[in-house]
Amino acid sequence: MALFPDAFGSLMGLQNALDAFRRSDWLQTSPSAGGSYPPLNVFRKGEDFALVAEVPGISRSDLEIQIKGRTVRLSGTKLVKYPEKASVHRRERLQGRFDRSITLPIEVDQDRVTAECRDGVLAITLPRAERDKPRSIRIG
Amino acid sequence: MSGSQELAVREKQELAQQEEKTVPGRYYVPAADIFETDEALTLLLEMPGVSKDNVDIQIENDVLRVEGKIDYSAYKEIEPVYTEYNIGHFARAFELSNKIDRDAITAGVEDGVLTLTLPKVKEAMPRKIPVN
Repeated sequence: MALFPDAFGSLMGLQNALDAFRRSDWLQTSPSAGGSYPPLNVFRKGEDFALVAEVPGISRSDLEIQIKGRTVRLSGTKLVKYPEKASVHRRERLQGRFDRSITLPIEVDQDRVTAECRDGVLAITLPRAERDKPRSIRIG
Repeated sequence: MSGSQELAVREKQELAQQEEKTVPGRYYVPAADIFETDEALTLLLEMPGVSKDNVDIQIENDVLRVEGKIDYSAYKEIEPVYTEYNIGHFARAFELSNKIDRDAITAGVEDGVLTLTLPKVKEAMPRKIPVN
């Protein structure tokens, strides 16, 4: 698909492509959507999809991913700790609980969903269910 | 502060001035926490997507400059369908006081958070003066 022919040649091209899909209507807001943290990006790779979120400072054990039907739920807690006697000069990092659910417009093969968290970036691979994949119809 | 409140979304802040950057692309300002103990000043910078090999820390003219490069090669074969945030490299600079022992600065990266420990020079550490 040559929507952005040279989009990924440079970082700038990628950034422009990401901007172009800001709040696209691919992911419709649904009643199940709770909080808004973490912000998500959704990508398509062939027939499969991937959900990516920036979760710096959240360890794997504080992050829970659930999938039920078309709904993906991300929940957990982010803690920002300081030593007891420290005086804090600057505090920009936020902490707290989060619980976000999104409903995908595609059917996912739940058994093949995988998640990876590296350097504070969470990536969930969502393989599209076989029965949901588009089929070509040959004209007889 | 407890972790019981809802975690809010903070929009990533784009770096306003980009000196000496010749490669096109937006930079972001990493969210930072700074705290001080008797022995050292600790800086925590959130740079999601930056591995420890791609962090560049420099001290020049009393300015501590931190730059973190993301690896965006993973995005080459995928196309966005819905986005809520943008990605980019990170850069931020801090002025250092002369109470910091520059040779003893250490750094580490964990879960996308860079921790810089800036030990104070001996003269700047609190001392107890015994009363005779």
